[in-house]
Amino acid sequence: MIYREVGQYKTSYVADSHTFPIIGERRAYYLVLAVAFLVVPVFLTDYWAQSILVPFLIYSIAALGLNILIGYCGQLSLGTGAFMAVGAYAVFKLMTAFPEINLLIHIVLAGVVTAGVGVLFGLPSLRIKGFYLAVATLAAQFFLIWLFTRTPWFFNYSSTGMISAPTRTLFGMPISGPSASATTVYLVCLSFVVVLAWLARNLTRGSIGRQWMAIRDMDIAAEIIGVNPLKAKLTAFAVSSFFVGIAGALMFAVYLGAAEAGEAFGIDKSFLVLFMVIIGGLGSILGAFLGAAFLVVGPVLLKILLVNQLGWPTDLAAHVEIIVIGMLILVFLIAEPHGLTALWRTLKEKLRLWPFPH
Amino acid sequence: MPDQLLFALEVTLNGLTAGIMYALVALGFVLIFKASGIFNFAQGVMALFAALTLVGFQSGQIPFSHLINAMFGTRLHHFGWNMPTFMAIIATMAVMVLLAFLIERLVLKHLINQEPIILFMATIGLAYFLEGLGDIMWGAEVKRLDVGIPQGMSPMIDDLTFNWFGYGFYLDRLDLWAAGIAAVLVVSLTLFSQYTRQGRALRAVADDHQAALSVGISLRAIWVLTWSIAGFVALVAGIMWGAKSGVQFSLSLIALKALPVLILGGFTSIPGAIVGGLIIGVGEKLFDFFFQSTIGGATENWFAYMLALVFLLFRPQGLFGEKIIERV
Repeated sequence: MIYREVGQYKTSYVADSHTFPIIGERRAYYLVLAVAFLVVPVFLTDYWAQSILVPFLIYSIAALGLNILIGYCGQLSLGTGAFMAVGAYAVFKLMTAFPEINLLIHIVLAGVVTAGVGVLFGLPSLRIKGFYLAVATLAAQFFLIWLFTRTPWFFNYSSTGMISAPTRTLFGMPISGPSASATTVYLVCLSFVVVLAWLARNLTRGSIGRQWMAIRDMDIAAEIIGVNPLKAKLTAFAVSSFFVGIAGALMFAVYLGAAEAGEAFGIDKSFLVLFMVIIGGLGSILGAFLGAAFLVVGPVLLKILLVNQLGWPTDLAAHVEIIVIGMLILVFLIAEPHGLTALWRTLKEKLRLWPFPH
Repeated sequence: MPDQLLFALEVTLNGLTAGIMYALVALGFVLIFKASGIFNFAQGVMALFAALTLVGFQSGQIPFSHLINAMFGTRLHHFGWNMPTFMAIIATMAVMVLLAFLIERLVLKHLINQEPIILFMATIGLAYFLEGLGDIMWGAEVKRLDVGIPQGMSPMIDDLTFNWFGYGFYLDRLDLWAAGIAAVLVVSLTLFSQYTRQGRALRAVADDHQAALSVGISLRAIWVLTWSIAGFVALVAGIMWGAKSGVQFSLSLIALKALPVLILGGFTSIPGAIVGGLIIGVGEKLFDFFFQSTIGGATENWFAYMLALVFLLFRPQGLFGEKIIERV
């Protein structure tokens, strides 16, 4: 009833290659965008923005980036936390060195810097694969964090070793620093998410995305049919790191406001983003969002339930949270290896036939 | 002999003993990888879990007391008795075997024929689960583990080296014990896999799953056995690390340290794990010793990974690993 494709005829190639080929789906997409941009900011409270929506948006970007690398190109990385740190420190250095240039440009530049670092640490992927590559990215994780905490130049010789974001404005409204309002922070993050998701979607279904997927499915065979593994793997590392770097830059400059490399971008962040990608669904743009939503909202709900409703101590709730996340990973890998996206797809199949299932 | 050289020698010896400790963890990885092709990320957490359970049994803690108290408002904490160390070790081993059985039953059975990367991620999930479970069962505070292994400076080595060089080396007795235990462990594992029925079956499975099945070896029984042995190695590693630095969360991070050890030694070689551990241990101690003044301390955090990374570029299968042959 609601979700129909019957009677929708495509008369041109452009119409046939829409991202959302079904009109109902396309309308739903525009509706979601309209609600996110126009309705949500009106009702947004500080609590919702700070603990749910903004982290969700930022982690979505990071998960999108990691999904490009793992889900589309098949290169396992455990260095996401460190690449987020590269983005954060790059935007910090840029913000303080060139205060007159707009912060948004700095954030994009931080992404570019991270892409460069990502390519550097992606170079070993040309020779090593699988777990070996995961260990190589661990080298990036530990080395970069060590570098950022040990080299005073990176945190501008501040006595605490922390970096803190100065106030920067956009159209006269502060978007970073302590005076930025929840609504502007939300809108800035949302804009980045929309643009980057559009970019990711179109990259992955274009020629470069197909090359990534060929490498993922079998690299030697891909090489034989003419995919250049050097180009495919390094572009995947570059694009992925670009996304992750922007996520790190937003996390530091717009969301946290102050950060310390070891604490904010440790190995646990790498795993968190990896879990988002697995739970959401490997090789799916929607999956990155679903996974991020699940792992940002889930712990908050669990905490509300256990601490506020049942009155458990917070440390116990934290342990239960770890157990639940671990179990979810296992359940998803066993029951639904393609993650939440696969559930969504099944639901859509059902909806297409509803209410006449035959 | 000049002082600098003596210091370097002492650092090297300490690196060797530290390397043995890494190798203890890496051994568990190699065992599971050989038998099932699974890269078990949870090995470090298994060591933590085993150590927590051992301390819990020793001091007579009631499992899940924190949880039960929170749910029912009771005030349970201890049974009020202390278990002798030997009994506690046996009880912990029983728990680890039970764990191996449950892992096979609930997780691995359903993941047969999946890609290695999926299995790897499953063990990451397992690591999280076990970490939370250990904390809920026994509490998250740092605990002291004492199983009667002597600790502190070894006076014998100190005297001996003082007589030789006029400078006494500092070596922890615990580390020397660890080296001895590791040696016993490797020899007994080798004997087990060469001369017992179960050990031969284990090697057959490692060689070829299908061929092993066709001569009547039960894959699932062998997997339970492998994970039990890995649990045993984890227990030994947990005891040694726990006695050295207390039983706490950071214990599970040694698993990450074992990864470069594996890369150097090769994923499938038990001697490789030992040699890799020694190289990493000596390498990071010496690197720190020579470069501390120029690039700052705490290089142990990343040196092992960087060494592994550079090494991989030249020899992707590790020192003793089997040659990687790829077919389309």
